[in-house]
Amino acid sequence: MTVARAMAKALKAEGITTVFGYPGAAICPFYDELYKEGIRHILVRHEVNAGHSASGYARMTGRPAVAVATSGPGATNLITAIATAHMDSIPMVLITGQVSSDMIGRDVFQEADITGAAEPFVKHSYLVKDPEETATVFKNAFYIAGSGRPGPVLIDMPMDIQKAQIEFEYPDSVNIRSYKPNLDGNKLQIKRAAAAIAASERPLICAGGGLFTANAAGLMRELAERANIPVVNTMMGLSSIPASHPLFFGMIGMHGCRAANYAINNCDLLILLGARVGDRAVTAINRLEGATVIHIDVDPAEIGKNLPVTIPVVGDLKRILTQLLQQAENYDHYDWIQRLNGEKASAEKPLQKPKDGCVNPKEFITMLGKSLPDNSVICADVGQNQIWTCANINLENGRLLTSGGMGTMGYSVPAALGAKAAAPEKEVIAICGDGSFQMQFMELATMRQHGIFAKVIVMVNNRLGMVREVQTNAYGDRQTAVALDGSPDLIKLADAYGIPAARVTDISQAQSAIDALLATKESYLIEVVVDENEKTIL
Amino acid sequence: MKHTISVLVENHAGVLARVAGLFARRGFNIDSLAVGVTDDEKISRITIIADGTDYTLEQIEKQLNKLIDVIKVRHFDSRELLTRELVLIKIACQPSQRAEVIALAEIVKAKISDITVNTMTLELSDSVDKIKNFEELLRPYGIKEVVRTGSIAMQKGGVSMKL
Repeated sequence: MTVARAMAKALKAEGITTVFGYPGAAICPFYDELYKEGIRHILVRHEVNAGHSASGYARMTGRPAVAVATSGPGATNLITAIATAHMDSIPMVLITGQVSSDMIGRDVFQEADITGAAEPFVKHSYLVKDPEETATVFKNAFYIAGSGRPGPVLIDMPMDIQKAQIEFEYPDSVNIRSYKPNLDGNKLQIKRAAAAIAASERPLICAGGGLFTANAAGLMRELAERANIPVVNTMMGLSSIPASHPLFFGMIGMHGCRAANYAINNCDLLILLGARVGDRAVTAINRLEGATVIHIDVDPAEIGKNLPVTIPVVGDLKRILTQLLQQAENYDHYDWIQRLNGEKASAEKPLQKPKDGCVNPKEFITMLGKSLPDNSVICADVGQNQIWTCANINLENGRLLTSGGMGTMGYSVPAALGAKAAAPEKEVIAICGDGSFQMQFMELATMRQHGIFAKVIVMVNNRLGMVREVQTNAYGDRQTAVALDGSPDLIKLADAYGIPAARVTDISQAQSAIDALLATKESYLIEVVVDENEKTIL
Repeated sequence: MKHTISVLVENHAGVLARVAGLFARRGFNIDSLAVGVTDDEKISRITIIADGTDYTLEQIEKQLNKLIDVIKVRHFDSRELLTRELVLIKIACQPSQRAEVIALAEIVKAKISDITVNTMTLELSDSVDKIKNFEELLRPYGIKEVVRTGSIAMQKGGVSMKL
């Protein structure tokens, strides 16, 4: 069979039923076979969104998802999505067409060195030059993308290779001698960690996105409950524990809440679970001096990178937490937890009344959070809307998806599209600003075309609000290039896509709009009008 | 502080680019880098001399290990290493000066690799310090060109770095 056919068969063998992509000449042989194999192809309106949608899909299924683009500009348009996935450890296999192998290096039409260009942002990449390698490359790519610390793997397929004839047999197993992720965790280190937990007076679990990767959020919660350890989240770790849990004290970091940051600055034992101590998350590393730090992560390079660690444990969180749980007992941390409760209570502020014609975003997001059905998926974009959402959505059993590491504007709508494609039974809502919305609203057409009915909430303040705030605070309020004048009427825009919409200019209208959004089986858009001077931390 | 790091990699196209790119984007400084195939033709060995603190060294090792094509990374104490570099030095050398240059070469065990009416090319394989010293000795004649390979290193004694 042709390599193109083998590629489609390989996807089938990997259990891939849906791919996101955008065709072009150099990937046409593969597209023809996708069609023949009956693999569902979601035609996004920009290649970057194929990547973000695959990210949303992968985060729901926990398995590598696939995005496809053609050579040259199609491939380079994927790069931001690849970098976003790389930062947040999302498993993905990207397939790009490439010009014929005999033409590579001659700067022919739509030629780009995509393996070279994407190198800093991929876990691994292949430029296939030998057609016989196809099956092994696909098998290895899926394995590498999904195992250890997951990440994006790129397969660049020259046009002539796609058309070559091969004998195809998909391998059952993988053996890459240079890639053997360490999953078990060192027993002695786990014992030391358990002893440190037993000895500590003010322990704290900082739960990151790795808990989702390892499918270990439930075990984390069990450990917290058994040993009475308070829990804070990084942004990527949000929704790993119900927001109302008595041991949960919120999100840490530059935009985190007071109780969470107080906890991290005052604990005597910090247990980092699948978190990489990003600069926005742990803003005052010096405050941790004197604290014992247990860092559990599957990627040894993250341990000790940004924070000196007392007890490093490399491995899979599920396996390690299972062992830690066996060694953990019921410890009394009543005083410590009461201190944190005190901080939490003292940080509570009365809601600010917004100016006429505007809504307090905190009030709106809180209301939305309370109205959501169980297991809802919220995709937060980047900017003020992200912080408003992360701080106030208070998910109980749902899932929050956002671009944590890269801070990629334009992530939420395509990610919601991908998440909804993976979990059509769930309520999936993208929350973005009017800046980020205009980077991604073309995907409303994709939702309509393919009947993937995610919903969209746009916080409209006619500003790039977070930049505006920086300019207000650090640049003498000289507002440069942050006004979004000329933006379309979003209600009319939604109507142009055949999507019903509501504008909320007063909190009294919010509940009915939320109810309408949740009641419809199809897409729905809510525009929430927000004061342009609204602060990020409310 | 200088560190010598030996890296066994799959002998694939693009591996060197991945390794070099990693050093560039993580801000690690390379003093020298030499690469060549090993006795197993599917494996290449890269010898890197890098400058940095112990923290940098740890990060270099960990980040190198994350590259899928990297099979093994070792860093060595300079005392346990045999380190060699090859240099070719072309100097201006009139017929009247040949005898003394040849004498100089004999002292440091360099070879005369090429000779013309008014130039001489010398070849020396030795430690970096000795190569630098040799270069200084030749400078008065007028150095026309110097090419160095970068250091390669191997552990002293009976131990060997294999898979």
